[in-house]
Amino acid sequence: MNKSDLVQAVTSKLPTLAAKDVEVIVNTIFDSMTRSLSQGDRIEIRGFGSFEVRVRKPRQGRNPKTGRSVQVGTRRVPFFKVGKELKEKVNNHG
Amino acid sequence: MTKAEIIEQIYEKVGFSKKESSEIVELVFDTMKETLEKGEKIKISGFGNFVVRAKRPRVGRNPQTGEEIEISARRVLTFRPSQVLKQALNKSEIVS
Repeated sequence: MNKSDLVQAVTSKLPTLAAKDVEVIVNTIFDSMTRSLSQGDRIEIRGFGSFEVRVRKPRQGRNPKTGRSVQVGTRRVPFFKVGKELKEKVNNHG
Repeated sequence: MTKAEIIEQIYEKVGFSKKESSEIVELVFDTMKETLEKGEKIKISGFGNFVVRAKRPRVGRNPQTGEEIEISARRVLTFRPSQVLKQALNKSEIVS
């Protein structure tokens, strides 16, 4: 399922809304989540999971093409932790 | 940030009523959950992919007693962030 399939699926459940409007909303959801994470905020969606930003220490990396070592600075990475309810449902289904 | 704040954003930026905004946001996450429960992956371009992966059974150990136990085969949900999201988190200089 990609974003437009998601928009279609949601639209089919809410016949009063146009797909165009649902699309704007879906985009707004992920845009605001991205913005929130880039501010270092944690996101908690009950029943789904939580997103947080973890900091990776600087390390000595290597360019796989040239073999030359390069310094990789401190990086922030997004981390998703699946919620208990969804975790169980994903595991128990089929 | 919580679901309530996402709903607030939609109310402010898109102009739907709070009731409608809340209904749609719930439906978006419910639809994602249903899809993932079926084992289907979800790709949100610019954000990331939610992927259901099958794990084989393996032998684990109770860290308290040292006793070996079999961890059964299971399906787990993982999130793979997109390049765009990773870059968005590293735009500003990191002061540690």
